[in-house]
Order: sequence, then structure tokens, then C-alpha cells
Amino acid sequence: MPQPLNYLKETASQTAGPYVHIGLIPAMAGFDIFEKNFSNVLVTPNTAGQRITLEGKVLDGTGTPLRDVLLEIWQANASGRYNHPADRSAGALEPEFRGWGRAGSDFESGLVTFETIKPGAITDRAGRKCAPHINVWVVARGINIGLNTRLYFSDEEAANAADPVLNLIEQPTRRKTLIATRSERAGKIVYSFTINLQGPEETVFFDV
Amino acid sequence: MNAQAPALRDPRLNRPEPFTPPLGDGGFFQRDRSIHPPAHAPGYKSSVLRSPRQALLSLENSISEITGPVFGHNDLGPLDNDLIRNYAKDGDPVGERIIVHGRVLDETGRGVPNTLVEFWQANAGGRYRHKKDTYLAPIDPNFGGCGRALTDDSGYYYFRTVKPGPYPWRNYVNSWRPAHIHFSVFGSGFAQRLITQMYFEGDPLIPVCPILTTIPDKDALDRLVAPLDLNASSPFDSLAYRFDIVLRGQRSTYFENRTEGN
Repeated sequence: MPQPLNYLKETASQTAGPYVHIGLIPAMAGFDIFEKNFSNVLVTPNTAGQRITLEGKVLDGTGTPLRDVLLEIWQANASGRYNHPADRSAGALEPEFRGWGRAGSDFESGLVTFETIKPGAITDRAGRKCAPHINVWVVARGINIGLNTRLYFSDEEAANAADPVLNLIEQPTRRKTLIATRSERAGKIVYSFTINLQGPEETVFFDV
Repeated sequence: MNAQAPALRDPRLNRPEPFTPPLGDGGFFQRDRSIHPPAHAPGYKSSVLRSPRQALLSLENSISEITGPVFGHNDLGPLDNDLIRNYAKDGDPVGERIIVHGRVLDETGRGVPNTLVEFWQANAGGRYRHKKDTYLAPIDPNFGGCGRALTDDSGYYYFRTVKPGPYPWRNYVNSWRPAHIHFSVFGSGFAQRLITQMYFEGDPLIPVCPILTTIPDKDALDRLVAPLDLNASSPFDSLAYRFDIVLRGQRSTYFENRTEGN
């Protein structure tokens, strides 16, 4: 027998279940318990950058919106820098902008919204320019292990065309599943997205 | 033999410098999906229409995956890790008082410090304080059922609660969840993000749970079962259960191997 490699094994994932709100967004479960709560609003009045609303739905294999899904997003600030010690890129750091938020879908419509800013482009460690994007994590009843995907922006066509991750997707038609569509509504900039869990339009999910 | 060895073709090989291990790229160890439940697990019926069918696209970790949100004590309140007191209105909640404690580690065995752990559960009767839960067991007026903690420098966390009860759910007509506590853990990078559930040693519902048995690996399933930890109990007050959580390991890190400013 060779020497043992004493790595531990990752703890197995389990579904977040239908009552995920209790732990992560108690106000949605119907009660108030913590002094401080996390939310779907990432911006403060001091946050630099273009204010945007992200608005979308997650659809099951029949095309029905999930009404008990929870999304988290993780993004760089307007200078393309993540608020984390491992990001030593040149962009300005904004201590007040955590770059993370979570939202539950509406119990009736299934709509999920975030109030944030459009992130800047990122330079990866190989020196390649990456198109602005937002990292998304999806959990719900029936989802056994959290799903990782990304949102890119429809008005960044040139950057998207050169993005190293989008270009990893073999079928160009599937790249579109990651592009949020820009519109203006009452003076606000809205990016709309649909995450399809199954079907011909199935969203690209990543094994990160 | 020539006294002097000929110069090697690759000039890097002529350098007299000692070999040092390569810098880690900071990426996480590849996730071993064989110990996780598959997305499509028909015995857990809700997974059938909610499971992607295309292969996941493997992504070398970039800065987007290696980084993740940072939390601190400012995000928490003083009662957040005490589920016996954090929603108490006119007394303590009903149920077996327990302490749950353990460490958040990574696959190399190192503690994960200062990471946010969130937990939620049903009350002692198996009822959730949630507007969508209609089980006939009563709501406990003194129990909210959620809390959170930040691990210390060694990755240790603990909280106090009452033991949750089992409850029926719609899968087969007679499906019951074993007693369990849901956990959400962050780690240092978004690729470590994990939601799981902790079960209790000796619960006879464990082997027949359609959700727990989505896990294909017996050892991985057993690692979700917290043993009774009498040594950590509080005599004449609370029993204790120990639950360690392992997140993905990381190929060294910038911080350790790179000097400041590089």
C-alpha cells in the first residue's frame, strides 16, 4: 500500500428545500428576527457606477417559473475589482460595496430582482480581458447542488465576443443563454434574464 | 567524459537556483461530484424538472470564482447563534435543548476562519415558521428557527437550539424527513459555496429519506450525520452534537506564497 493521502472529502450538498427563506431571508418567510439582514440591494448612495436592475426568472422543465428559488450574485465593482483580498488588480476598491447579494423569487410571479451596478471589465490572471459579468448561484427545492452560471450584458457585444469563458461554450447559440437583455423603463436601466433549468434553451451551468 | 557538461538547450535548466514548488494558482481543487447527489435523482421527485440535463461546462477558476463575499462581526447581532433566545417572546421554546458545534475545514484539513455559517430548522414538533408550511404541528411562539455564526480563527463555530422534529412531506404518500438542520456556508471563494443538511445520530428515518439517499456514496452520507458529543454537553442543561463541515481545498494561495506587492 502506498502512503495515504490525508485529504478530507468535501461535505455533500443537500437541497436548500422550500423553506430556505427562513435561514437566509427570514422576512420572506414571514417574520423579523435579525437586527441586520442581507438583501438584494447591493448599492449604497456612495457606490460608483451605473445603477442597474437585474430582473429575471428561473424556469423548470415545463417552462413554469420557480416560485421558491433563491439566487445569490457575486460581482466586481465598476472598476472591475472584487472586494476580496485575493483580487489585487489595479481598479479602485470600494469598501462599502461588498459585491454580493441574495434574493428569493416572488411567491406568485417567480420574479427575482437585484439593485446593483454594472460591473467593470476584469483582467484575468493570464492578462486576458473578460467581459463584464455577474456570477450567479441558484438553489431551491429540487436542486440537489447549487448551480453556477453567469450573466453578461447585451450591450457589450464586442467584449462578449472576445470573452474567454463565453468562447469556451462550443455552440454559439448556447452562449445567448447567459446574456441579459438591456432595456430602459421609467428612466431605470433594466437587464432581464431567464435561467432555463432544462429544455432546448437550457442555460449554461458551470462546474467551477 | 568532458569536464564541463554541455549547456542544456533550455537556458532555464542551467540556472543554479534551487527548485521551488510552483506558485499555486489559487484555484480550488476540482469538485468530486461522485460524493454529491446528482442533479437528476428521480427518487426525490422535485429534482426531475429542476435538474439540468446538459453537461456542466468545466471552468478553470478565475478571479471570479476564487473570490467571494467577506463577512464580519458587524453583520451579526449578539443573539444570532442562540436559537433558544433569539426569538423568545415569553419563555424558552419547547424541545430538547442542544448545542451544535464543529469546525469548518477545507480538504487539506485547515480550518476556514471568519466564514459565515447560517442555519435554519423546524421546531421540536417538525413545523417551520414559514408562511408556506401548513403541517398540522403547531408553531412555537418562542422559536424562530434560524441563526448564524462566524467561525473563529481556527474555523470553529457553535450555536444553541432545540432539536428539530421530523415531519411529513409530499414525495411518496408516506415520506418523512429525518430530524435535520440546514446549513449554508461560504468559505473564502464563491466556488466553495455550499448548502447542506445535518442529521442526528441514531435517527431511524435516515436510511429511508428520499432526499438524503440522493447521495450515492455511503461514506459521504454518513458524514452528514452528527454524533452525540457528550463531552461537549452542558450538564443539567443541554446535550451536544458535533458537526464538522468540509469545503473544497485550494491550490495554495496568493497570500502565503507571494510577497506583498508582487
